[in-house]
Amino acid sequence: MADYLAQIRLVLVKDLRLELRSRIALGQVLPFAVLVLFLFAFALDPDGDVLEVATPGLFWVTVLFSAVLILQRTFALEADDGVLDALRLSGLAPSAIFLGKVSALVVQLLVLEAVLAVGVAVLYDVTFSGIGLLVLVALSATVGIAASGAIYGALSARLKSRDTLLPVLLLPLLAPVLISATRGFEIGLRHEAGGGWSWIGLLSVFALAYLALGAVLFRPLLEDA
Amino acid sequence: MHHGEIVLLRGPNGAGKTTLLKVCAGLVPVTSGTVEVLGRDLTRHRAAVRRRVGMLGHATFLYEDLTVTENLDFWSRAAGATRDDGRAALVRLGVAERLWDLPVRALSTGQRRRVSFASMVCRRPELWLLDEPHAGLDADGRDVIDELMAEAASVGATVLFASHELDRAEGIAHRTVTISGGVIG
Amino acid sequence: MTNTTTPRGDAPSAPAPVGTGSTGTRVLGAVALVLVALTALYGLVISPPDRQLGETIRIIYMHVPTVSVAYIAFIITAVSSAMYLWKRTEFWDLLGASSAELGVLFFALTILEGALWGKTTWGTFWEWEPRLTTSAVLLLVYIGYLAVRAIPADARTRATRSAIIGLVAVVNIPIVHKAVDWWRGLHQGRTVMSTIDPEMGGSQLVAMYLALLAGLIVFVWLLIHRFRVAFLAERAADSGLEHAIEQRRVEGATS
Repeated sequence: MADYLAQIRLVLVKDLRLELRSRIALGQVLPFAVLVLFLFAFALDPDGDVLEVATPGLFWVTVLFSAVLILQRTFALEADDGVLDALRLSGLAPSAIFLGKVSALVVQLLVLEAVLAVGVAVLYDVTFSGIGLLVLVALSATVGIAASGAIYGALSARLKSRDTLLPVLLLPLLAPVLISATRGFEIGLRHEAGGGWSWIGLLSVFALAYLALGAVLFRPLLEDA
Repeated sequence: MHHGEIVLLRGPNGAGKTTLLKVCAGLVPVTSGTVEVLGRDLTRHRAAVRRRVGMLGHATFLYEDLTVTENLDFWSRAAGATRDDGRAALVRLGVAERLWDLPVRALSTGQRRRVSFASMVCRRPELWLLDEPHAGLDADGRDVIDELMAEAASVGATVLFASHELDRAEGIAHRTVTISGGVIG
Repeated sequence: MTNTTTPRGDAPSAPAPVGTGSTGTRVLGAVALVLVALTALYGLVISPPDRQLGETIRIIYMHVPTVSVAYIAFIITAVSSAMYLWKRTEFWDLLGASSAELGVLFFALTILEGALWGKTTWGTFWEWEPRLTTSAVLLLVYIGYLAVRAIPADARTRATRSAIIGLVAVVNIPIVHKAVDWWRGLHQGRTVMSTIDPEMGGSQLVAMYLALLAGLIVFVWLLIHRFRVAFLAERAADSGLEHAIEQRRVEGATS
């Protein structure tokens, strides 16, 4: 068991180090995400209530698009230089590789979301109340996005059409996450009590289901897909 | 092939040398017939075989953005070896210490080849599958490769390597296998 | 000799079939036709119109079967995907793929029906109500399955990818349902479809059950044919591959 956790940790550290070195999430995707916030402001009238009301949805749509970009770049790194083959030869358990990758993605996404939250608070003049609920929603949604994203990211990693295929595959799958996370944020921002828990529950079910599925499916995925 | 044997695989371009090596590594699935590697049937036990196999291919099998030592630390520990094994392999392959903290993308082809080799060697595989191991290396490097192959064979590992450099290759190989048009022999 | 099974007892040296029909499917097809005719009779003529919705309720005799069949199709795909990953035989791969195609077809039909019904009843082609929205999301998810299936690859790779998507997608179904129901269910707006009204009696119930049965038989008939087409396509590809290997050997021998 300790060995297994060590393997997960090994992959996690390697992925985070790769991120720091290549600066995908921070250097490329983050500016894109902030840009999207501006685009929404240009498209919707910032003077009225629209932006403020739409903030939860816009936030999560931006997160989803950014997640797709991060996944594309992360798995492109793996697919180049035969590294994916090397991982297969490496002796690491495929499920450990999966969980390590998912952990790294969660970290990257949470950092992104934190910055976006600041951006939203500043640009859309939104005050964040109900922080506890918001954090829980964000956590459960992020794990779900990372887990399902890692599965589809790995599947499309070796394909030339990966850049167009990954969003087509992943975004419909994430529809319930978008719905739940947005509703959760709406409830949190309006400081309603109690209502958010069912959404957090649903997000957690999604996250756990895809963590389990990914851990099981990563072996055939690495091998044959 | 037998333990401790060094086998040279030769043939014209496109004959299937790379494919054969990949099949033995369990990287490419077997579509017909049976292949047994290290006593295990490859059609069913690919993953188990892989752990005991080391491959050097045309790709570097290294993360370009990580440094030499970061790569070696990762790959050695992934295989269950230690970081020291990784560093020792770097020394053995003649990778200068001043290069160790550079990202792999900053290295020349020959240097990358040595690092790839090191990451394979430190895992101490029982079966070595080398696709043109001498390519891209200077004379010094080629000598080191030959020494390493001989050492591996002497401790019971098996080496199968494909090469176009027949003079040097036939010097160290115990026997030669020719492949042409996808057929051996 | 390829690493696949030859289901349905076809001998490898049999002459190529000219169609995918067989006695079994002809019987099945005849039964399906009869059932569809009966359903039309009961659904359109014999059963009375609904108290509130009038004649437009009749679409339910198409809607319930198509949506039920679509779900059954995706469950078959999911089971086939799991079985493929376990057994690695071609049968499960082709079954899953054929079923997924049909599932997409029936889901698309469901949405089309919903749009038509909405247009005649409410005047709009689309409402963001639970059933339609869920169907649309799931349709997109499974179109992804077909997209991946269309990518050229060797049989094993393609089958593994499809199997993975089949399983990933099926897990999503209940989650999408819950999310959409909670979300749109709060809005007591226009619902396009309702399930079988418990107050349905007599000929309405008969029509409903006939419709369900007809839908199922049509689905099975389509599935068998689609599976056979896929099987023949694989055999054609195999012989093409063997031909190519032979040519390579000839080239190798003469070079």
